[in-house]
Amino acid sequence: MAARSRDGSTIARAPGGSSPRGSTSRSRALGQRLGFVLLGLASLVVVVPILLVVITIVAKGEAAIDWEFLSAMPRSGMKEGGILPAIVGTLLLTLGTALAAVPIGVGGAIYLSEYARDNALTRSIRLAIVNLAGIPSIVYGLFGLGMFVLFLRFGTSILAGSLTLAIMTLPIVISTAEEALRAVPTEFRTVVLSLGGSRWQAVKTVVLPQAMPGIITGVILGLLRAAGETAPILFTAAAFYLPRLPHSPFDQTMALPYHLYVISTQVPGMPESVKFGTALVLLALVLSMNVAATVIRRRFRRKRTW
Amino acid sequence: MVSGPAVKIRFEDVRYAYGGVEVLKGVTFEAPDRAVTVLFGPAGGGKTTLMRLANRLNDLVDGTRFSGHVLLDGEDVYAPGADVQRLRRRVGMVFALPLPLPGTIRENVTAGPRLAGQRDRSRLDAILERSLERAALWAEVKDRLDDPAARLSGGQQQRLCVARSLAMEPEVLLLDEPTSGLDPISTAKVEDSLASLKTECAIVIVPHSVQQAARIADRSAFLLMGELVEWSDGKDLFTAPKDKRTEEYVTGRFG
Repeated sequence: MAARSRDGSTIARAPGGSSPRGSTSRSRALGQRLGFVLLGLASLVVVVPILLVVITIVAKGEAAIDWEFLSAMPRSGMKEGGILPAIVGTLLLTLGTALAAVPIGVGGAIYLSEYARDNALTRSIRLAIVNLAGIPSIVYGLFGLGMFVLFLRFGTSILAGSLTLAIMTLPIVISTAEEALRAVPTEFRTVVLSLGGSRWQAVKTVVLPQAMPGIITGVILGLLRAAGETAPILFTAAAFYLPRLPHSPFDQTMALPYHLYVISTQVPGMPESVKFGTALVLLALVLSMNVAATVIRRRFRRKRTW
Repeated sequence: MVSGPAVKIRFEDVRYAYGGVEVLKGVTFEAPDRAVTVLFGPAGGGKTTLMRLANRLNDLVDGTRFSGHVLLDGEDVYAPGADVQRLRRRVGMVFALPLPLPGTIRENVTAGPRLAGQRDRSRLDAILERSLERAALWAEVKDRLDDPAARLSGGQQQRLCVARSLAMEPEVLLLDEPTSGLDPISTAKVEDSLASLKTECAIVIVPHSVQQAARIADRSAFLLMGELVEWSDGKDLFTAPKDKRTEEYVTGRFG
């Protein structure tokens, strides 16, 4: 490619006989190459942090990972033993978030995409969703404290934490699910209607199954964020130190992100490996959810016929 | 059409506007039972709109204005309390582009009866075979009924859509340029199947050419810019048009 452009510039000079034209095209080619290099560097900048984060955490935390670390209660001021309650707590909080956010979010998306007409009410709902997505997570935490912990008297509990995380997750679930529903061609709905089906039958039998990969992706993206958040559970669910598994939704719980914060900042003399080991577990959990989302999406997409 | 066949669908002074633009300007017209009625004319004349009004597919479109009546067997399909889903089971529709639903050939053809609550396996199998037979597709697909419908050729997909409509045993079959994307052989197959279908139901079709209109019409109507210029039984419109505009169109002077 490079050789050809060099030849090309000499040929271009010959018929016109003007050397300026050749040098312009050469400098243009040079400028273009420089541009590509800069753009390439810019995209490299994205890759570097993720690699550094993963490598550092794996290198420093890997030593801490063993069966005991994953399956035992913390001992001696969390410096020894395992992080089982934090793992279980995060899984339960994520499950609770899913149970609340998925039906409401997908239901809302179905309404907005399939039934809502373009009027003032619909527009204000959309505005609310956009704004909900922009609220800082600590504000959700305070809202959860006031609403679920105190007003509804759920106490500091998995229930209150899950609901708080669910509200934070809702905008992501609704907007991605709505987008997935809208991507299903209108014609499919028309066909179902023309066969005497109802609008709900069109949604249930054709639109929803076709939109499923997109919806699942949105749900998992939302849950990923919920699983890794600290601020919303700070006042609503998280326990500083609770070396047992929760018994009911009204129990407090330890959770990985908060546990990481606690052992990194609040406990003096914490071994490096425990901190990085905890981070590694959290990272692995989140990344494996991400991989699961990709696999599910691929599998569904292969079955798609349009 | 000698002894005046029963009227199946009657459009009565149908006016329809979409976004302030008048698409149909007072169309009055009848389609007889057990015959092929051809609605032809240049693009933008309101043919598709007229068809979609007959089974109320335009109900969900915003910003429209509709007046007049559409009568099926003498009953106004827009009467308050009229059952829209029942109407659409009686009046089937095939669209210009083949639109198979996601899923297999079997699932596509039996979609209508299943939506209507038919669960009986042997009943559905009987419907499947009969509908594909009537759409002249059975021989080609009988060994791969559980293949994805999307794997069929365009012509086969369009006949699949015809079969899907026929599975509802419709009283009226609306066909909107059903052969527009098809090769001549597939087109001939679709036209042949129409000839036998018209013994069982009323067919209203928007043809994809004047030649096709002339080939298949028992009654034809010329629609121009939202206005029904003229209609007649038999092939008169193509051999002896009364209106100058019809003549100019069928002789190819515009369109």
